[in-house]
This record gives sequence, C-alpha cells and structure tokens, in this order.
Amino acid sequence: MRDQTEFDELDRAIVLATQAGLPLVPRPWHEVARQVGSTPAQVMERVQHMLERGAIRRIGAVPNHYAIGYRLNGMTVWDVDDAHVDALGHQLARSGLVSHCYLRTRHLPQWPYNLFAMVHGRDSSEVETKLRQIVTILGSSVRAHEVLYSSRILKKTGLRLAGVTGTSRRAKRTAPRAERRPPGTPGAS
Amino acid sequence: MDEIDARIVTELQGGIAVTEQPYLEIAARFGLSEDALITRLGKLLDEGILTRFGPLYQVERLGGAYSLAAMQVPETDYDRVVELVNEYEEVAHNYRRDHAFNIWFVVAAASNADVKRVLFSIERDSGHPVFEFPKLREYFVHLELPAR
Repeated sequence: MRDQTEFDELDRAIVLATQAGLPLVPRPWHEVARQVGSTPAQVMERVQHMLERGAIRRIGAVPNHYAIGYRLNGMTVWDVDDAHVDALGHQLARSGLVSHCYLRTRHLPQWPYNLFAMVHGRDSSEVETKLRQIVTILGSSVRAHEVLYSSRILKKTGLRLAGVTGTSRRAKRTAPRAERRPPGTPGAS
Repeated sequence: MDEIDARIVTELQGGIAVTEQPYLEIAARFGLSEDALITRLGKLLDEGILTRFGPLYQVERLGGAYSLAAMQVPETDYDRVVELVNEYEEVAHNYRRDHAFNIWFVVAAASNADVKRVLFSIERDSGHPVFEFPKLREYFVHLELPAR
C-alpha cells in the first residue's frame, strides 16, 4: 500500500496538468489522463486520494474578488497574546468574517503582529463592520492591530509548482507585468 | 454577468466531486445543459470574473513549500522592485498595500530551501531587506463570497 505522504511522479504530473485549471470538456479527467499518459480511472483515483489527504483543498471556482464586487481587501494583523492565540484563531476562522486566518512569525521591533486574517468587503463600511466584530471576538487578548488595504494587485497567478524538476529558476521576460489599477476601481475588464 | 452566472460563481466556490462528467452533474443544478455550463465557465474565466476553475492545491502537502514575504520599498524605487519580484515564476501573488510594508508577495516552490533562495536573491538584487512571515499555523476557513 502506498504511503499516505508519498507523492509520486504521476501525482506531480496531475498537479502540473491541472494547476492552471480543469479542462473545460465534458470528460475533463479523461483529458488529464491523456496529457499525463495514464488512464481516467487512475487519474480520478489519485485526485480523490489527494482530496482525502488534504493535498487538494477542494475542486471549485476561484473568483476574482474585485470582479464580483469585493473591491476592498484588508489584511488585518493583530498582536495577540501567545497563550490565547490558538483558541482565538480558530474562533475567528469559524466566524464567517475572514477568508484566511494564519499564525505567523513576528519581526520585532518593526512588526509586532502574529495573527493575520483577510477581510473582504464591497465598501469600507462593510470592512469596518467586520473589523468591529473581530475586535469583539478577540477581546482583551489583543495588544494592537492594523489593517493593510490592498491598493493594487501586482501579480496573481495562483500557487504553481515551478516545473517538473522543481528547480528554482527565473521566469522569462514575458512574465505578467504589474496590473496597474487605481484603488477602488473594478479589476476585471 | 446574469443571475445564473452569479449563482455559478457563488455556489461553485464550494467544490465539486470527482466524477466522469462533473459539468453534466453540476449543470442540472442551474437548469443548464452540460454545453451551456461549460460555455459559461469559459466566459467567466475569459472575462476574469473567475481566476481559476479546478483543483486548489495545498502546496505543503504536495511536498512543496510557500511563504509570505514583505518589503518596505521607497516610492522612487517601487516599480523597479515590483518588476524584479514579479519576474520570478515562484511568486504566486503580489499585492501593494497601504503601509510602510508596501509590497507583499507569496513565494511557492518545491522546497523550503528553494523559497529561501528566491527570497535571498530578491533581497540581493533589489537592495532592500526582505521580511519573511512564515506560517506557523493555519486556522482553517471556508468562506463563500456571494456574487451578485
């Protein structure tokens, strides 16, 4: 039996074939199988296995937040007492207010914050309302916080495995250029 | 984007099952034919309303590594540094944020050592310190943002 943590060449080939998206054809896994030189049944089994062990979070749609009206994206950062941060982090993640929630390293003295949570809103009042609710959830364990609004998407390609060899290399000059967009304007054409 | 598109964008954030003809199964939910759903998904992707449709990989569980990093870059040097950072295919996202730390990017690579190499090389080539904010823990969230 295969080790749960094992990630072999076929899995890797499936990731590379699908990380930009699932083919838009009636039998997408058949198309992936053709690309990676395997059978549809085996590809579907591997994908199901990756889902079960969490290597795939889910198979679904990733919206451009700007394009669906969520023009404001605030990275909220909090300096939370280490003794309580886990319980509060879980509570915040379950609150329905944030899209990501992480515990990260502080960089003192420039950066005292250890809890990062992303908040999306259609306008600033929606973000402010969510912020007030977060303040209530985190309570007296918070020493300080800030909101870092995003004013421009400079690049968004999604997480990609960089090539089959996995070696670090610089992309060609044709890499996507910064998307210039003044704050508050819709992202998609 | 009509009402059906809005429902597609909202409801398909939740994820679909691994089946032979996934689009056929989802299409019924929206009262569409398989072809019509595929056409709409293609259009939503072309128009940039969806950035992706497919498996969302958790890089670390695949044996890869990723990390968040930020820099404090003076305005006079900003465009040069953005271009330099974006040239790395390992840089998956890069956002300008209104703060002294004004450039925030995610580096994804095959290993932690590769992530470090990219960050080191960005620091060396840009001439500005790179602060890494590695994830110590993830508190799992699944949030659907309703589209209109």
